Amino acid sequence: MSFMKDLQKVLRQNIREYGMFIALFVIWVVFAILTDGIFISSRNISNLLNQTGYIAVLGIGMTLIIVIRHIDLSVGFLAGFLGAVAAIAMAFWEWPVYVVIPAVLLIGLLLGLIPGFLVAQMGIPAFVATLAGFLIYRGAILVVTEETGTIIISNDTFNAIGNGFIKDIPVSFLPELHKVTLILGIAAIVLYIIGELNGRRTKQAYNFDVLPMNIFILKIAFTSLLIGGMTWVLAGYNGLSWTVVVVFIVVGIYNFVSTRTVLGRHIYAVGGNPEAAELSGVNVKKITYFVFGQMGMLAALSGMLFASRLQSATTTAGTLFELDAIAAAFVGGVSAAGGVGKVTGALIGALVMASLTSGMNLMGIGISYQYMVRGAVLAAAVIFDVATRNR
Amino acid sequence: MSNTPILEMRNITKEFPGVKALDEVSFRVQEGEIHCLVGENGAGKSTLMKVLSGVYPYGTYSGDILFGGELQQFDGIRDSEKTGIGIIYQELALVPEMTVYENIFMGHEITKGLAVDWNETIRQADNMLKKVKLDINTAVRVKELGVGKQQLVEIAKTLSKNVRLLILDEPTSALNEDDVDNLFDLLRDLKTQGVTCIMITHKLKEIMEIADSVTVLRDGKTICTLDAHKGEVTENALIKHMVGREIDNIYPKREHKRSDEIIFEIENWTAYDPAVERTILKNNNLNVKKGEIVGLSGLMGSGRTELALSIFGNPEGYHVEGNLRVYGKKQRFNHPQEAINAGVAYVSEDRKRNGLILIQDVKQNVTLANLREIAKRGVVDDNAEIKIANEFKSSLNIKTPSIEQKVVNLSGGNQQKVSLAKWLFVKPNILILDEPTRGIDVGAKYEIYTIMNQLVEQGMSIIMISSELPEILGMSDRVYIVSSGEITGELPIEEATQEKIMHLATRN
Ligand SMILES: Nc1ncnc2c1ncn2[C@@H]1O[C@H](COP(=O)(O)OP(=O)(O)OP(=O)(O)O)[C@@H](O)[C@H]1O
Ligand SMILES: [Mg+2]
Repeated sequence: MSFMKDLQKVLRQNIREYGMFIALFVIWVVFAILTDGIFISSRNISNLLNQTGYIAVLGIGMTLIIVIRHIDLSVGFLAGFLGAVAAIAMAFWEWPVYVVIPAVLLIGLLLGLIPGFLVAQMGIPAFVATLAGFLIYRGAILVVTEETGTIIISNDTFNAIGNGFIKDIPVSFLPELHKVTLILGIAAIVLYIIGELNGRRTKQAYNFDVLPMNIFILKIAFTSLLIGGMTWVLAGYNGLSWTVVVVFIVVGIYNFVSTRTVLGRHIYAVGGNPEAAELSGVNVKKITYFVFGQMGMLAALSGMLFASRLQSATTTAGTLFELDAIAAAFVGGVSAAGGVGKVTGALIGALVMASLTSGMNLMGIGISYQYMVRGAVLAAAVIFDVATRNR
Repeated sequence: MSNTPILEMRNITKEFPGVKALDEVSFRVQEGEIHCLVGENGAGKSTLMKVLSGVYPYGTYSGDILFGGELQQFDGIRDSEKTGIGIIYQELALVPEMTVYENIFMGHEITKGLAVDWNETIRQADNMLKKVKLDINTAVRVKELGVGKQQLVEIAKTLSKNVRLLILDEPTSALNEDDVDNLFDLLRDLKTQGVTCIMITHKLKEIMEIADSVTVLRDGKTICTLDAHKGEVTENALIKHMVGREIDNIYPKREHKRSDEIIFEIENWTAYDPAVERTILKNNNLNVKKGEIVGLSGLMGSGRTELALSIFGNPEGYHVEGNLRVYGKKQRFNHPQEAINAGVAYVSEDRKRNGLILIQDVKQNVTLANLREIAKRGVVDDNAEIKIANEFKSSLNIKTPSIEQKVVNLSGGNQQKVSLAKWLFVKPNILILDEPTRGIDVGAKYEIYTIMNQLVEQGMSIIMISSELPEILGMSDRVYIVSSGEITGELPIEEATQEKIMHLATRN
């Protein structure tokens, strides 16, 4: 049967790209079975996504850092510290939330430029420069929370980012479901299909290889089904949460910038071969500054997402976030050799890791085994990645 | 010379996705001969040698390999080494930060118990260096040696594995004439010691000089094997078999136009390199007129590349003094981008390290230096990119299954064309070409020369750095000669001869 043959061939050729999706899918199915469906209940999925948010945004930034062959160990405690700064600004200085959020993002950006400077200008290895940051921000969290301990955040708007859901239209039609979520989901599917069709047409116009028609339809059906399924599940609970909206916006912007713009091309060129990029007129220093700067800003976002979720800033906020982010990036297919890796991969990677935690929690597996399983999955993901490279 | 083949490869076929690199290739090498393997870029020479040495293990190709009369099924490079086949790749594979003796025995260290026996290592390394007639201290770091000496160290490393068949993939492409002579003496010497040698090269002169026999590949097929001792190896025969047609004059004719408009000029150009704590360029004066090809001749390591880099935005961070004028306007470029904006482009000699992003595809490499041209408000227009890449693919005749092929998968010569395409897309007024035809086959050379002629015809000016005197003499309108960081002479093409240039090139 030629269809099966085509399918096999396409899967083999694109195994790297589809691998993560398949892995995520398998993990969900397995947990759904092992937990008698609780795992894929609306409530759990909704929770899972909210928990993924603050790691996902870090993982996205980290992907770009790793793409340009660096690493950032400071982002976990930087996130924790900036979460505390946001809490203090609201609780003690009584700044309005609409000032606090952009201000903290800006501070994150500026703090991110410091390792950018050390790496780009001084030539200090990123590992060392950001390890210093790791220690400094850890101390900084303790300093700002020294007198008060945990700082409670009572601003409802701020707390909604981590706990709230988008509003629904007040009609009595389909009372069980969140209508706005459904509409957005359908819109997403339509946009996705239009995008795929357009892409295919352009490729054909240039006589490039495209997927065989039946496989193409299968791919569209599969993806649409996934988006549809997710929409349905979320609509059955409280609908789309603000965290998910924020993550989607971040992924959307980053995906666009990294794949479509001159800036994105320059980032990947620097990662692929810094010397050649420099000689091609790409300013490697500027790119390094930019990438570390954006990482700082996403750390700020992550810190606020986390503080908002807990409705407070704690002394331990941000612990191990950087490692989770790095794990998410690597599970998502970024290569330590530089120049390769997609930001959407980091999102999937973060989802994989969070799903493991969530699923094992539901099954009542102890935390010690959870760490081991996650470690094994990380190793497996990277092994898979290396083994399928250069196909 | 005996008549037993030491090596016989039968009906070798090797496919990559979208490319049949080798198509039923047969290849025979007699014991104790120097056998040259030639052919156009992408003909499959390197691939054939990689099949032979086990880089592409048994099972990933079809056909038989007989070595020493026995059927071989190598599972990796270690297998082939054990059998007595040693290969030296197009790119040198030494660790620059390590000493010569460490490099020579890397991967097969001499041990006493669990520890490495350094004394014995050094003693044997000394012996190996004597064998390759290299008179240096084995304790120096490889990065302190010139390319020619590194090449010899590489050979010593391979010989230390007791090889009977030595494969050299374009060993001379980065060597001075003296170094080449040295290398050839060594190869002849090894021949008397019974070592058989396969050498890949694009330089016809070298083939005439050293080959006992020659096998020509074209488009992944064996075209013929010629015997030098029967007088079958002539330049014309080689070109005809390689390219499939005859080329009368490798350097296409062009009228030497005389324009007096100086569009580029440096004065008292001096550079100090803090990394090596040395003045690398001294008081150089040079100018380029509109529509002219200026040859920059000199030995390797004479500072021509440094001169180019110091002009082109100084990415190495030299301390530069002197004046630079473009169209009469005084300028100082602090970054390659500024040089590009002023209409200056530089095509690097080291395409893998400085020229290309190997993991990216052809079209991304072609547009990298001028993405803004195909971008609107910072967003790249994919369609425009595809169109441009396809145009260059056909105009430069880049052999690739598609412009979406990763550059790492192209043959050396086609990589060079991609590198050239990248800079032509910048549409510079002044194009600096650093060894533009290194590793390029005769046919493609001719194409590149033709393109250069068209470019100057259209008013572009070219500075061509080249170590090949015939190329300098064949292509330039005017020649500057560089020796130890100084321009020691300037000759109009009518007055330039090999002797005069060599004289000036060795003056310091
Ligand atoms: N790993 C690979 N994947 C895909 N195609 C490849 C790969 N390696 C080589 N090729 C293709 O196989 C063909 C033969 O390449 P090869 O490197 O053997 O050429 P060559 O004769 O050594 O050329 P050159 O003189 O330029 O070095 C080329 O078309 C090349 O693009
Ligand atoms: Mg080759």
